[in-house]
Amino acid sequence: MTGYLLRGSFPLIFEQGAPGRRGYRLPDLDVPEAPLSELLPEDQQRADEPALPEVSEPEVVRHYVGLSRRNYGVDVGFYPLGSCTMKYNPKVNEWAASLPGFARVHPYQPEETVQGALELMYRLERYLCEIAGLSRATLQPAAGAHGELLGLMIIKAYHEKNGQGQQRTEIIVPDSAHGTNPASAAMCGYRVVEVKSDARGGVDVEALKAVVSERTAGLMLTNPSTLGLFEERIVEIARIIHDAGGLVYYDGANANAILGICRPGDMGFDIVHFNLHKTFSTPHGGGGPGAGPIAVREDLARFLPVPTVERRGDRYYLDYDRPDAVGRIKGFYGNFGVLVRAYTYIRMHGPEGLKAVSEQAVINANYLLRRLAHLFDVPYDRHCKHEFVLSGRRYKKQGVRTLDIAKRLLDYGIHAPTIYFPLIVDEAIMIEPTETESKETLDEFVRIMETIVREIEEDPELVRTAPHNMPVRRLDEARAARQPNLCWCAPVPVDSPSSSDT
Amino acid sequence: MSFTPMTPADREAMLAAIGVASVDELFADIPAAIRLDRPLDLPPAMAEAEVRRHLIQLAARNADVDRYTCFLGAGAYDHLIPAAVGQLVSRSEFYTSYTPYQPEITQGVLQATYEYQTMIAALTGMDLANASVYDGATALAEGALVACAHTGRDQVVIPATVHPEYRQVTSTYLRHQGLEVVEVPYRDGVTPLDELKARIGSRTAAVVVQQPNFFGGIEDAAAVAQLAHEAGALFIVAVADPLTLGLLKPPGAAGADIAAGDGQALGNNLSFGGPHLGFLAVRQQLVRRIPGRIAGATVDRDGTRGFVLTLQTREQHIRREKATSNICTNQALNAIAAAVYLSLLGKQGVRDVAHQCLQKAHYLQRAMVALPGFAPAWDGPFFHEFVVRTTADPEELTQRLLDHQIIGGLPLGRFYPELADCMLWCVTESRTREEMDRLVTVLEGLS
Repeated sequence: MTGYLLRGSFPLIFEQGAPGRRGYRLPDLDVPEAPLSELLPEDQQRADEPALPEVSEPEVVRHYVGLSRRNYGVDVGFYPLGSCTMKYNPKVNEWAASLPGFARVHPYQPEETVQGALELMYRLERYLCEIAGLSRATLQPAAGAHGELLGLMIIKAYHEKNGQGQQRTEIIVPDSAHGTNPASAAMCGYRVVEVKSDARGGVDVEALKAVVSERTAGLMLTNPSTLGLFEERIVEIARIIHDAGGLVYYDGANANAILGICRPGDMGFDIVHFNLHKTFSTPHGGGGPGAGPIAVREDLARFLPVPTVERRGDRYYLDYDRPDAVGRIKGFYGNFGVLVRAYTYIRMHGPEGLKAVSEQAVINANYLLRRLAHLFDVPYDRHCKHEFVLSGRRYKKQGVRTLDIAKRLLDYGIHAPTIYFPLIVDEAIMIEPTETESKETLDEFVRIMETIVREIEEDPELVRTAPHNMPVRRLDEARAARQPNLCWCAPVPVDSPSSSDT
Repeated sequence: MSFTPMTPADREAMLAAIGVASVDELFADIPAAIRLDRPLDLPPAMAEAEVRRHLIQLAARNADVDRYTCFLGAGAYDHLIPAAVGQLVSRSEFYTSYTPYQPEITQGVLQATYEYQTMIAALTGMDLANASVYDGATALAEGALVACAHTGRDQVVIPATVHPEYRQVTSTYLRHQGLEVVEVPYRDGVTPLDELKARIGSRTAAVVVQQPNFFGGIEDAAAVAQLAHEAGALFIVAVADPLTLGLLKPPGAAGADIAAGDGQALGNNLSFGGPHLGFLAVRQQLVRRIPGRIAGATVDRDGTRGFVLTLQTREQHIRREKATSNICTNQALNAIAAAVYLSLLGKQGVRDVAHQCLQKAHYLQRAMVALPGFAPAWDGPFFHEFVVRTTADPEELTQRLLDHQIIGGLPLGRFYPELADCMLWCVTESRTREEMDRLVTVLEGLS
């Protein structure tokens, strides 16, 4: 009844339906029924009914289609969310992942019944190693942050193997790093040492030298950085860490800039993760699932978690016999359905296609940077790679902040860029157009930004109170955190004596 | 390439607008020494029709559970999935969306996540749930970390009847923070309370049980809860198949402080082990320690109800190294699938599924252990998985069943060397009486 509600609040599924209604019918039980009490002790049985909805299939479909219409994906329009690489997700990927031979396979089936799946994983591992310039990989991590955590575990295992596990307690992270970098380091039991950026947006090499020591376990770095700038002194930076006995970890969030152009392994990185849900076109699903495989140099392969996928003759198998492995970081073998999509993408592009992806992503970003440079401050004015960072600070004098500009963009049917990140840029606006956007889309985005700037000058209140055309107006996030409401509860009937203001 | 719109004319115009003569100038800041001076060594590009042919061939080399009859469980379950689930999660407004950082334009994902959280809380009997973690194994690991942080203690007691991979992952996570897993042996397929009690002490942050346990057996969760709480520890219930909760006493009612499990069973494909869905549900007092995204209800400036990601000061993008976890990307779409599934099944449907799983598993177990050469590994109640000891070699039995298009139970020797003559069988509502009777006939012929 409510599928059309695109404005205002939208009923919860719990606020619909009627007692006894259901949306799915099972076949009748076809075995003789034993009394429940014979099978399950009384005191182990559920006493209450779970408070789940009671709705029919058409109601469920209208409800979730209605919710989908109150949502925005890259299939709907431009999604220049910096560091997230919101490129188009080819439809053939979805077709591939849904093949019964991939989607309807149990992870513990005998190996001879999953040879196609193992071969796909074996080949994907080799492709990612070639792209990374490293020798072995694991496809198990479910996300970039999961890959980071595993990479740090491998760094730890390496130092422990060398008898330096106790001594090497610090991970160095630039001040422009993604929040997951320091969080992953802490989760792996490391102390985080922050190093500042220099005036060109790179790691301040002198500051790096000052913090490197015999306590250094490693450095985590994104290249291009979160400013969208290539770390020009990367070889020197890697050497500084290596000379001190540490390892260098590559956060692959920004790998869309370098496919087939240069490789982390050649830059001096020892461990690399890729976000398949960014660089390799697998859809992000509204927050996941992703996949964050990591590749390592040859002497670190012994530490990769169990199981690895190996090949003997024509036969593929899982190898659990790995005495130096860091252990296990995920059930089964990783987000296989995501791996199928990334494999499909790599096979469709080939070497020239992947290189063209990065070139076009970089051209799109530089084009947009030049076209927007008259509207915003450009804190680091060089050619960028796949993304760039602007500052909206000049509009503070009209009382308009970057957040307001982001919200006003929504009114024009465009997802906002990443804002207030990286932390080192005041009023940051981080834009990543990706290679799958046309010049017309980029030009339209520029026109919309010009319109918003005009609005800031003529009617700043309009921008400050945006959005105006969304299902809801600006939401009170402070209230959500102060009075958490994380779970729906049935309202207390009004005639109940115990009813009170909740 | 058909996914990139840029024509040679576009390229020329854009390079001119940038003010460079060629694309190489845009990469001039990459030192020559590290430029790749050859094409990547990858197979050449395929057109869509070619890649489809190739993938069909790869997929055909896997036995899928539509062509084969599957009796495997052990953490991944072949439950029926209503057609509407796949259709709804294929709405690309959902699946091509990023994490909902701009709530006003992503109300759909946020509200669906809030509904999912509510349903998980209802099913587990807990106060609240987060928006998902990677899978059941990492959910248990994260739950164990919550308990250590909350109690300031450094040991987590985990019985051997918890899924071996859940234990391995938890142990890997904990070890890197100087925390420790203490294992408890099993007896007759369940966790003996005396063995458990002997391992609980002043360092115990949490006591874990899996319910039903890895062998399908029913643990005395309420008694474990009491032992844990008497020692000042938290009680964590791991759940590999939440559909059992249609009939089984939920973790909340059994005294759990944390319920950690896998939601694959809730409308998600087996997919050779992933993407599945980890769920984490807690009591109210742990709300600010729970890791990962949480959707919350609030109002907009007109007082209209809406949803946002909330309590973000727990998270890595705000707190960096002081965050409760490093998790960022989770399994959002799988959580939406779970919400759609639970909406369709509803209050009565989850009870019916649990009922059919229980009844059918007992039907098969009775028939199987009546065969010569097959015996129950132990007595005691079980849900929809059970362990049978065989005189035939389980690995060989598995091979021979494949000739009959049957994927047999899991040979347990790979996880429990002392159970090398045992198999773990699983029956869900997907299995028909005919399929089970055929299995029994085939087993009879093999022995």
